[in-house]
Amino acid sequence: MSVLKLSRAVYEQIRAHSEETYPYECCGVLLGSTAGDGWNGCSAVRAENLRTDSAHNRYEISPGELVKIEREASAQGLSIAGFYHSHPDHPAQWSETDLKEAHWIGCSYVIIAVAKGTAAAINSFLLSGKGEEEKLFVQQKIEVEEAEE
Amino acid sequence: MKIFIPTPLRVYAGGQDAIEVEGATVQEALDSLTTSYGDLRKHLFTAEGKVRSFVNLYLNDEDVRYLPGKEATAINPSDTLSIIPSIAGGR
Repeated sequence: MSVLKLSRAVYEQIRAHSEETYPYECCGVLLGSTAGDGWNGCSAVRAENLRTDSAHNRYEISPGELVKIEREASAQGLSIAGFYHSHPDHPAQWSETDLKEAHWIGCSYVIIAVAKGTAAAINSFLLSGKGEEEKLFVQQKIEVEEAEE
Repeated sequence: MKIFIPTPLRVYAGGQDAIEVEGATVQEALDSLTTSYGDLRKHLFTAEGKVRSFVNLYLNDEDVRYLPGKEATAINPSDTLSIIPSIAGGR
């Protein structure tokens, strides 16, 4: 099983973001570097959810915002490692919509459940496969690294 | 011009995150890219040669889809082209 490493700070940032936007979905981008067949997620960048028409169950990040985020990542020597979004009052499992709309093969898709406003389970799925026609989500292990004292 | 390659397509571009290409238009730059890295073609274009619906192209800060000339837009050597697959979903 591949691994997504997150610092405690990044992990908590995602949880906090998901609670702030409840009952609507939050979304953001994970920047990092490759680590084996997984990712070392170094930072989380909040993004605006464009789907204001149905923000309780849909999210979309503007490609223009992604271009800017990718430039910032590149300047730091990092890559877009994946994305995160929340599922308000819904399990932390990918949906058919998530798979249909996922196109970043090789990247991590983190989903966090928010139960009645409180961040709950968090899972990561690596978008795998050789192309759009045969893509699939494979669950990853999330390793949360505590800061050294 | 420089074309920025998104994370999922770098494997088809020799692992590079940016590639310098030549061309007078966006289309020529893309043709140059896919001539050098043929495996990229099917990930960027449909069988009919159209840019795939989930692939966004940004010439500097402008979405190529909304430029009057679209892919026929003239480019300068100092321009950058970003290839950005879309990101969306929900429960």
